[in-house]
Amino acid sequence: MRTDKLLDFDKAIELYEPVLGFEVHVELNTKTKMFCGCANAFGQGANTNTCPTCLGLPGGLPQVNKKAIESSIRLGLALGCEIAENCRFARKQYFYPDLAKDFQTSQYDEPIAFDGSVTIELDSGREVTVLIERAHMEEDAGKLTHVGGATGRIQGADYSLVDFNRGGVPLVEIVTKIIEGADADAPEVGRAYVAAIRDIVRSLGVSNARMEEGNIRCDANVSLRRRGTTELGTRTETKNVNSLRSVERAVRYEIQRQAAILEAGGTITQETRHWHEDSGTTSAGRPKSDADDYRYFPEPDLVPVAPSREWVEELRATLPEPPAARRTRLREAWGFTKLEFQDVVNGGLLDVVEETVAAGASPADARKWWTGELTRIANAQGVAVETLVTPADVAQLSALIANGDLTDRLARQVLEGVVAGEGSPAEVVEKRGLKVVSDDAALIAAIDEALAAQPDVLAKIKDGKVQAAGAVIGAVMKAMKGQADAARVRELVLERAAQ
Amino acid sequence: MTDLTRLTAAELAEKLAAREISSVEATQAHLDRIAAVDGDVHAFLHVSDHALETALAIDQRRAAGEQLGELAGVPVAIKDVLATNDMPSTSGSKILEGWLPPYDATVVARLREAGLVPLGKTNMDEFAMGSSTEHSAYGPTHNPWDLARTPGGSGGGSSAAVAAFEAPIALGSDTGGSIRQPAAVTGSVGVKPTYGGVSRYGAIALASSLDQVGPVSRTVLDAGLLHDVIGGHDPLDSTSLTDQWPSMAAAARKGATGDLLKRLRVGVVKELSGADGGFQAGVKQRFDETVAALTAAGAEIVEVAAPSFEYAVAAYYLILPAEASSNLARMDSVRFGLRVKPEGGPVTVERVMSATRDAGFGAEVKRRIILGTYALSAGYYDAYYGSAQKVRTLIQQDFAKAFAQADVLISPAAPTTAFELGSLVNDPLAMYLNDVTTIPANLAGIPGMAIPMGLAPEDGLPVGLQLLAPAREDARLYEAGAAIETLLTDSWGHSLLSQAPALKEVAR
Amino acid sequence: MSEISTELVRHLAGLARIDLSDSELESLTGELAQIVDSIAKVSEVATPDVPATSHPIPLTNVFREDEVRPSLTVEQALSGAPEREGDRFKVASILDEEQ
Repeated sequence: MRTDKLLDFDKAIELYEPVLGFEVHVELNTKTKMFCGCANAFGQGANTNTCPTCLGLPGGLPQVNKKAIESSIRLGLALGCEIAENCRFARKQYFYPDLAKDFQTSQYDEPIAFDGSVTIELDSGREVTVLIERAHMEEDAGKLTHVGGATGRIQGADYSLVDFNRGGVPLVEIVTKIIEGADADAPEVGRAYVAAIRDIVRSLGVSNARMEEGNIRCDANVSLRRRGTTELGTRTETKNVNSLRSVERAVRYEIQRQAAILEAGGTITQETRHWHEDSGTTSAGRPKSDADDYRYFPEPDLVPVAPSREWVEELRATLPEPPAARRTRLREAWGFTKLEFQDVVNGGLLDVVEETVAAGASPADARKWWTGELTRIANAQGVAVETLVTPADVAQLSALIANGDLTDRLARQVLEGVVAGEGSPAEVVEKRGLKVVSDDAALIAAIDEALAAQPDVLAKIKDGKVQAAGAVIGAVMKAMKGQADAARVRELVLERAAQ
Repeated sequence: MTDLTRLTAAELAEKLAAREISSVEATQAHLDRIAAVDGDVHAFLHVSDHALETALAIDQRRAAGEQLGELAGVPVAIKDVLATNDMPSTSGSKILEGWLPPYDATVVARLREAGLVPLGKTNMDEFAMGSSTEHSAYGPTHNPWDLARTPGGSGGGSSAAVAAFEAPIALGSDTGGSIRQPAAVTGSVGVKPTYGGVSRYGAIALASSLDQVGPVSRTVLDAGLLHDVIGGHDPLDSTSLTDQWPSMAAAARKGATGDLLKRLRVGVVKELSGADGGFQAGVKQRFDETVAALTAAGAEIVEVAAPSFEYAVAAYYLILPAEASSNLARMDSVRFGLRVKPEGGPVTVERVMSATRDAGFGAEVKRRIILGTYALSAGYYDAYYGSAQKVRTLIQQDFAKAFAQADVLISPAAPTTAFELGSLVNDPLAMYLNDVTTIPANLAGIPGMAIPMGLAPEDGLPVGLQLLAPAREDARLYEAGAAIETLLTDSWGHSLLSQAPALKEVAR
Repeated sequence: MSEISTELVRHLAGLARIDLSDSELESLTGELAQIVDSIAKVSEVATPDVPATSHPIPLTNVFREDEVRPSLTVEQALSGAPEREGDRFKVASILDEEQ
């Protein structure tokens, strides 16, 4: 494989203006497929969920899934779009073995939603508004497996096998208008935009929204325009971008690759490119032609979809708070810095922190425990952090520290116990006897013992060398197995010494 | 014993209900008839090997006292365009040779549910594209009136089957006249319901916005009885109407008294009357005589104009190929049907698809697929497909105006009597003009019926009358059709088909 | 006059995935040219003020509830397969990449 020349990113940005566009396909989580009653289910035996319609048998006819329409409208609304008063499905025609009817039932010039926008916030705090051209409904194709080649890919395969379980699954395709002015932030804009779509989709509950499972697929369009010119450059479309990080890397790579070609006096080929996760590169796919003749025409087996304005408003009322707005509200309510808040969000901990605060903990405490000790434990055990303990547990732990029953150190032990399934924090404290001893008499007894064992310390303290108390405090803490408030012990030691 | 094959479905049903005959007897009689004459007629592509089993089961249920539908136990033939899970469904094409669908078309399921006995699948022009059944990949069907002539198309098999008394009733499909035109040239009856009146689920699609499944029979009442079984909303067909339909059989019975004629306003469409020539003389003559008979019976004849009909055939031959080219794309060698390895060169799926479709599709189908691909291709959509859809609007408007002045419209159902096999098959344009009278109803979605109106004097071959009613007024069509049928058969003193020449029977 | 050329017919046949022989190409070109001439007249009456009718009987909002209906069994689904491997349809190697 030929290695692409890449221009240094900063140099590329200096000379060229990147222009971006994204097509994100969202797989809806309806129970059934878009145009038939077969189950929309992942990971089942090949060809167990097919019927004459989705298998493209002669005589099959489509029936529109009402829930898919609902989800599409809700998604359109959440993207700030207008919802069409009247729209139709259209046939997009091409031949491919994974396309059962050899046309895809999609929408062409009458999408169900159009003219929206999504505002994203970059790490630097810069806000970018991405305009949404349209969101339309369509169906997925079946799944091809290539057999016999070295890499499991098409090239070199001896034959291919087709499973139509996925054929007909509802998709919503979200298309942005071109994004200009991202400049050096272009890669991050890509990542942040797709992340925003994922968050919106998740908050609506219309899709499982897991990129790794293909619930959300992104195609990134990148072109460069020499600074100072107005004409758009030739764009490439990079597919197979399966994670947020890949979106960022792929955009960056394409900018560098295209800049190198242009700087060397070459021209960009309008083509589809594939992103390769392992090598962090894109490679040429099929030549892309705006003149790809899909021979679109309105789907004659279906009738128009004309959502009443009443229905649209009913659905609008079901929308949850937009994720971006919710995040701003929480960050301000909790008084976190942007970085602190980002930690929580990046760890996927926003919901549990919110619930922990609702259970009575302070935001600072909630953040501290979830992003700190609990994340550490989760990573060590290789599990998801939300599965370790409940928000109520964390709130209770925090309360026990606040009222002096536990020190921070003891709390960690208690947490271990809760994670191990020994019960709630209070129960663990009880079972393991980890409560801070607050009885002064017990402390004094331990102090006296320690002083007796280290007679010179007392003299030093009386002499003014207060730091010497440290040794006694240490001994007492050890004797108390940490179940003492070190500050109180210090107080008592000094009192004793003063006597 | 009466020759059971000469009885109508209604008569058979009566005798079955009265236990005078059994379904096994009725079915056997028709199987015998098929064996005797179908070698010459070739109406059937497949004869069921378990029809008698089905008939027996009905007889047993009846004997057990079960309440059965009116047509239970009556044999029926099914056009091969319909998916049947127990008989091959080829749509007259090599590309589907031997294909056994894993499901039944909705209308077939309804037939079975109602206790009818499927006799077999009937011949048709490949994928219903044609007006003579000569484009079948399995050889043509021969007109029972004259075996050297075509029985019309695309549903020549079903019409020939009933005209040859091989089946009392049959199912057909009509996209541009494929039920009505064969009815006309075989002296039988055929109905295209209002678009959406009968489910298309399981009917191998030709042109989605034009196709309808309908009954083929020898009498209007029989068509009505069959229509009642198959009609009505199907949730699997998104274009099917949710209307509650009245009984077509009841409408036919009501109409048969003939009283209707005294208050019927009958419109004669100037553009379809043969007034401008283009119709065989005998066809025009019988039509004029029918108009006179109607007038004598008290009907009011109104002349209506439909200027947009001039563009109907052109619009049809844009819409149909466009939709058909898309509907036939699925015949791609992957999931069912023919698969052909390309000769020489790499065996890629793309080349297998192309080689398969070349080998599997006949010339007329290829012609229309290429034409349709052209009509939809980038840059041509507006001029062709888009424009044709506008002609549709104009045709609907013309019909609306016509129906404001008339209750039903009439015209000859076909411009000529049955033509000779081989005479038009190499002249596609001339072939297309056979549909000039029937196409407007498909474009507009209104229901149409063809009934016999006589024999052309010059050749003694059947001539058919077409009736049209407004959308959703199928019952009106049956009422008027039955009334006119009564008028005509009374004037002849017998049914038209009783005059068909006897077919040579193969000795058994 | 129409622009039906053999080149165009070859292109259309490619789009429609039908392998045409040279003689088929030739005869189709002639036939199509004639047919297109006769149908081109629709554009005469299809003026901008005339709306298109794509469905003869206007319906809207025909939906199906999102409830699972029984699918074909795997054997039924594969019953027509010209070639299969296990429970999947088998096809020859693919030249073009996915759309």
